[in-house]
Formats: sequence, C-alpha cells, structure tokens
Amino acid sequence: MLLIHNGRVVDPSRSFDGLANVLIEGESIARVGPKLDASGAERFDASGLVVAPGFIDLHCHLREPGNEPAETIETGTRAAARGGFTAVCCMPNTQPVNDNASVTRFILDRAAATAIVRVWPIGAASHGSLGEGLAEFAAMKDAGIVAVTDDGKPIANAKLLRHVMEYARSLDLPVIEHSEDASLFAGGVMREGPTSVRLGLRGIPAVAESICVARDVQVCTLTGARLHIAHMSARESLDLVREAKRRGLPVTCEVTPHHFTLTDEDVVYDSRYKMNPPLASRDDRDALLAGLADGSVDAIATDHAPHTQASKEVEFDRAPFGVTGFETALSLALEALVHSGRAPLSRLVELFTAGPARVLGKKRVIAPGEPADLTLFSTEHRWTFRASESSSKSRNTPFDGRSFHGAPMATIVAGRVAWRREN
Amino acid sequence: MSFTFRHLLGTEALSRGEIAFLLDQSRAFQGIQKQPLKKLATLRGKSAVLAFFETSTRTRISFATAAARLGADTMNLQAESSSTQKGESLVDTVRTLEAMKPDVIVIRHAASGAPHFVAERLGIPVINAGDGLHEHPTQGLLDALTISDRLGLLDALNVTIVGDIRHSRVARSNIHILSKFGCRITLCGPAMWLPPEMASMAPSIRIEPRLEEALRGANVVMVLRVQTERLREPALPADEYIRLYQMTPARLALAQPDAVLMHPGPMIRGLEIDPAVADSPQSSVLEQVTNGVAVRMALLYLLTGGAPSGAVPQAG
Amino acid sequence: MPTREKTQLLSAAQTGRTIERLGHEIVEKTGETHGIALIGIRRRGVPLAHRLAETIRAATGAEVPIGVLDITLYRDDLSLASAHPVVQSTEIPFCVDGRDLILVDDVLFTGRTIRAAINGLFDLGRPRRVQLCVLVDRGLRELPIEANYVGRRVESRPEDLVEVHLKEIDGEDRVLLERAA
Repeated sequence: MLLIHNGRVVDPSRSFDGLANVLIEGESIARVGPKLDASGAERFDASGLVVAPGFIDLHCHLREPGNEPAETIETGTRAAARGGFTAVCCMPNTQPVNDNASVTRFILDRAAATAIVRVWPIGAASHGSLGEGLAEFAAMKDAGIVAVTDDGKPIANAKLLRHVMEYARSLDLPVIEHSEDASLFAGGVMREGPTSVRLGLRGIPAVAESICVARDVQVCTLTGARLHIAHMSARESLDLVREAKRRGLPVTCEVTPHHFTLTDEDVVYDSRYKMNPPLASRDDRDALLAGLADGSVDAIATDHAPHTQASKEVEFDRAPFGVTGFETALSLALEALVHSGRAPLSRLVELFTAGPARVLGKKRVIAPGEPADLTLFSTEHRWTFRASESSSKSRNTPFDGRSFHGAPMATIVAGRVAWRREN
Repeated sequence: MSFTFRHLLGTEALSRGEIAFLLDQSRAFQGIQKQPLKKLATLRGKSAVLAFFETSTRTRISFATAAARLGADTMNLQAESSSTQKGESLVDTVRTLEAMKPDVIVIRHAASGAPHFVAERLGIPVINAGDGLHEHPTQGLLDALTISDRLGLLDALNVTIVGDIRHSRVARSNIHILSKFGCRITLCGPAMWLPPEMASMAPSIRIEPRLEEALRGANVVMVLRVQTERLREPALPADEYIRLYQMTPARLALAQPDAVLMHPGPMIRGLEIDPAVADSPQSSVLEQVTNGVAVRMALLYLLTGGAPSGAVPQAG
Repeated sequence: MPTREKTQLLSAAQTGRTIERLGHEIVEKTGETHGIALIGIRRRGVPLAHRLAETIRAATGAEVPIGVLDITLYRDDLSLASAHPVVQSTEIPFCVDGRDLILVDDVLFTGRTIRAAINGLFDLGRPRRVQLCVLVDRGLRELPIEANYVGRRVESRPEDLVEVHLKEIDGEDRVLLERAA
C-alpha cells in the first residue's frame, strides 16, 4: 500500500483540483479523499506538488529493434519516467518495421523485461510502411497495438488512406497521420522563410503539411475513422482540424513542446535544431499556443527521436531529422502555458492525460479501481536540464543547458515509484 | 582598424568598416600582381589546405595562385578523390587534415554551414570558399573591389542582380556587403528563383521579375550563371530563360551608360549572357578574376598572422 | 620601477639642417642627380625623401622622382607578431630597371628593414645601384648593411628607443633618445 498525501490533486476528467490524498493498493487506486486511514501504508509526502493522473506520450521513438545504439526500450523508458510519463506509445518505424504481430510481441516482451513505464506500441499502417499493402492490423491489435500509422511519412496516397481508415475503423483503432506532401517537402531541411533564405538552407513551406491535413480530413469524412494528426506545426493545419471538429468529425491532433517553444528564427547551423516537421514561424507558434489553451489541440506529445552523436554531428543538410524530448516536455509546457498565464494548470494536465487517453479510446482518471499511474510534479522547482545527464542514450536536444521553472518530481506506474527526483 | 576575426565564414557579420579595411588591404596586393616578380616570401613556410568538397576549377586555382604568390604551400583535397566518397564523415576528414598542421583551411562545400561546422571543431583559421546556397564571401569582396575601382566608390549605387537568386550564394554575399554601403539592390529573375523573403535580408532591396524594369538606372549589373547542378525543382527551359533574361546589348543599354557589367563565372555564352555583352568594354569579368587573387592574398595574409591570442570571433 | 629618461639628440632646427646637409651630400656625391630616384621607406622615410628632393631641387633645379615602399610583406618577423600587421601600398611610379636608387629611412638599426626593402625593390626590377640615406644610425647591426649617407650617429643600447618626429607626421621635428635608467 502506498499513500500519496498532502498533494494538490488535479484531475481534469473529474474537474477536480484540490488537496487530497491518494491511497494505492497493489496496482490500482483504492481511495481518493481528504483524510485517509492508511496505517501500514508506505507514505509519500507530496507537499507542494501536483498529483496528476499518469502522463501519456502519444508519440515517441524507442528505436528497438534495429537502432539500439541510439536508444533502447530500457533507456527510452527511463528517460520517459524522468519526464513524468507513465505510458509511452512507440512508433513502428523500427528495423524491422512493426507491421506484424511478432514484432509487436517482441517490443512488448522487451518492455516487460526492461521498461519502467508502460509501453503501448503503435503498428504500421502499411506493410513495411512502404505505402502499398495494408499491414496486419487485427493480428497486431491482438498482440497489443493501440493505433496505426506510417509515421516518418504520410500514408502514401488517398486510396490507401481510405482503406487504412476503413479497416482501422472496423477494429476500433485510431489512425495517426504524419501529414506531409512529399513533393513540396523534397530536399527541404527547415521551414521556408526569411531564416532559410538567409542561411541558404532549403525550405519546406507550411503548406506541405496543411495540404496533407486537408486530404486526411477529407478522407476522414468518407470513412468516419478516428484520425489523429501527429506533431502538428502550422496554423493552417490547426484551422483545418478546428473546422473538422466543428463539423463533428472524429479528428484529433497533438503538438510537440519544441513546436510550441521554438521557431525557425532559432535555427542555426546545428542539427539539434533539425527535426520533421521543422520549427515553424512565430505566427504558427502563437496559433499553436492558442490552440493548446482553448482545447482545439488534444494532446502534447514529445516525438522523442533519439539519434547517435555520430549520425547527428554532420553538416545540417545531411543530418537525420529529430530531437529527444521526454525530460523537458513538462517544464516547457509549464513555461509556455501556465507561467505565461495562457492556460490554467488543469488544462495542462489534460493535455498530458485525458487528452491523449481520449485519442486512444482510454481513460485517465484518479478514481478507485483505476490503474495506479500518477505523475507528481512541481510548478516551482528550478532546475537546469543538461543533456549529458539525460537517461536517454542520445543527446540531440535543442534545450541543453536551459533553465526551467517547474519539473516532474516522481512517476508512479502500476502502484510503484518508477522514478523520483533526488534533490 | 584591423581585422580581428579568426575565420572568414561570411560577410553578413562584417561591418562596413571591416569590409572597407579588407578592400583596402586587397589593394596592396593588387599592386604586387602588376610587378614583374609576383612572388613574395611573406608566407614562406606556411601551408594552406584547399578542401574543395564541391568541384570548382576557378576558385581553387585562384586560391592556389594567391597562396603561391605569398610563398605559401598548398595541399589539395578534391571531393571526387577523397575519403568522403568512401563514407568518411566531414568531422573525420577535417581532423585528418588538421593533423597535417596547416596554417589555414580554405573550404568549399555543397552544404550550407559546412565551414561553420569545421571552424567550430578545429583550431585553425577557416576561409569559406563557397558553402551551399549560403555565402561566397571572397567573391562578394572581389566584386566590391571591382565596382569600387571602376566607379570610384561603393556608396549608394543602384545594383541589379539577375538570375537564379534563390540558389545563389554570390547574390547573398553581395547583398550583405553592398547593403552596408547604402546601395539600392534590385533582385531580378524568374519567379520560382526569386524568393520574396530575400527582400528582408537587408534594407533597400527590391524584387522585380521584369528584367527591363530591373535594369533602369543601374550602375552595376551582375549576371549570375544558370546553375544546372543546383536546381532541384523543374528547370526553366533554356529558350524561355534566354527570351526573358539573357543580358543583351539592348537590355544592358537600359542601365546607366557607364554601368559595370559583372559575372562571377563561368559564363555560358548564349545562355545568360550575349557574347557581345561579355566582351564589351563595360564587362569587368577579367578584372574580377584578377581582383579575386588580390582579395584571396589579403585574406590568407591576414588570417595566418602569428599565434592565436585567446578566443576571437568569426566573421560570418 | 625603471625610469626612462629622454634626451634630445636633435632640435627642430638641427633636424632641418641635418636633412639639408644630407641633400647637399647626395648632390655632391652622385653628380648627375637627374639619374637618381629616391625611395622613401614607410612611414617616416617618405616625408624625409620629399624633403631631400626639395633640397636637391633648390640646389640644382633637378626634379628627383620619389617612390614609396612598404616593406611589411618582406619582413622576417611576421610569424612573431600576434596578428599580421596592416599592409600599405607600395607606389613607385617609375621603372626601377637600370636606375640609381637611394633608399631613405629615418633610423638604421639592425639592418633588417633595409634587407626587406632591398628584397622589395628587386621584386620590382633590376636597379643599377642602390644606396642608403638615413637620418640617424644607432648602430647594433645584425646584418652586414651600412648607410651611404648618415645624418647623425648615435651610440645606443638594444633596450633604448630612438624616436624621430617629423612635422608631416608628428607635428614637430625632433629626434629623441629614450634610455632606461
């Protein structure tokens, strides 16, 4: 038994925000209330901390199988726990691609043996993510996937997208789409704009993303499947998602912390600023922040994308896209949304909990009987993130050395403290 | 005034005073080139690595000549025959070169920012001989020197640059330099090669896709080459380009009568430039080449000075 | 703390007279002065060369051509400097081949400047003869070089400083010796 006491429980699904104690028995929540009798329970003093339902990251790359030098399920989940995440959805662009049940089972077996947070694999939408035949959705679902995607690329064409959506819908799986028009993207390495022109780096216009979002939404109207737009970066994309929601379509979207914090103006000749979608304009960032605050954006997802030092330490043009993000996500969100006054704390918690849960068709709530997954964080703790101290194997982050006001303090998964901050 | 930078990576960060100083020093080296004996012993015992990861004959020979005239040795690295072809990373190639202990590295690379990448990792001065689409600082300086010699000044001139502006590092370097002297710069070319964002690179930049309009009143006309190797979007058919943008005598006549006609080379006569224009008295193409050696001599001289004393910033 | 004591070696009037005397010496020794040309070594050799030419013109009516030589690129001590010094231009508006040249400088010391100047001249062509005229010779030669025309000889130690001030550059004519006490 574990008693989390004196914390400020913030549970947006129940519209609850107040001091309360949480009693955990085994892997479930037993009771929530102001005074709980818990003799014999281990006690965790959460004074000064926020106690939230366990955070879910809808989008990350754990690189195992195939690119273990960059990250493994073990090291990735350790980094995730340090970021306050109790469950992470790992993308299928591994080697081999997770397009069949045996790879799904491999991932889950490795997670059972080495992961310290929950791992919910996402399966490929097409075989090998090559954009031709459908992958084995039903077998993968039995094995444990929570969604399908060809992330890394868009689903190759509208006809395939339709089939993917129809089939996914029949199995009640959401379709996650990396929206990108390949022809407008071609050869680009950063957002097209005054910075790309000044630096002489090939630019990708915002329209490369929104054109594909438009396509995806239209196919959604044809199929009624749940469509989730991954790592949305442009104002136009958000407008399309808002319009789709207004029309009652089952469309959701996520934004990464680097997209709501940095812009293309921050890009220098350093591949730690190179990711896909690229850092966008100030106007896009402002639109995303407004969408995060007003509910148009459903979730914050990290798109944690580790790469080895050797692969990233090359000329900007040649570097692979991607930055890590587990450990800085919450602090960046606190800075951008809560400390700035843009949104209340409950909204921030929703973006990490109920929002992503809803996308997956799950719940995230602190109530008796629910899984004992909790994220404890401080809105005040001042700290500096150093990439060299990260639990991830990789160091490709634009936030090395950045100081923060607010941090994850403990991560509880299935009733056990998976990680707590040493002070 | 002196040049306190350790590297020359670009012209964007150079002040007007620093550019004027570099041009002034280059003039001293112009003089040497007119002497019967053009070889000095000033940099005797010093060596320059010419690390050209992108093919270039003219710029490489210009730097090699500049080094030779100062008495320095040169070592050549050419991408086609280098270990980069075998998959060696830029970091390792460059560290290998560093181990040979040259006094300066001149680098040309297809990736914008490659010279910055190298400069951050090596304790040796780096001169950017052209990086991707970003800058070609020595070209910008020799162009400014040529204009200044021809017209007697650099200030407040009307400069028109014609061609594939989007992919031109020469255009960018010239924009950075000339805008600091109050020049009014007009960028002209086919719409898909003329990004509107370039208007914000410096004050007094005008985007004008119609060549005739762009040339009116120009004191300097820079014709850029059509870079087939750098185009990734569908290329404009050559006949269309010739019809709309080829620099002919009739078009050049729309500029000022004493306008300087410039071209960074190599020219494709009959494509972007009419041979009559290339050979006209207004053409300063050959002076550009001579001035290129002078500018590069000045930079090799200035950047190989003595021992580095503490952390010194990089230009560009 | 070591004090440095400045002694005046030549006053304004003395400096002027010395330069005039040098001019006359050149006329006397070279005879046909219209064959010679003066090459002032930057910086202070230049106004000296101009004044010598003026004296020669006043004495003989001959216009002696003047060239300006910058020896920065010929120095032997560049690698010891913390940064390469600014280069000024060499301007010699006449052909050097077959000419009688007189190098003009303010102070002759180790002789290295003159060695560099001779190298510079020979890169320009093949003079018939090169002579040297200096305002002050302070001895302590490190190379086998001597001046043909010397304004004033001074005994100095290596740590001393000999300062030549000329009106055209320093606003006054004066020669000073600064000694460490």
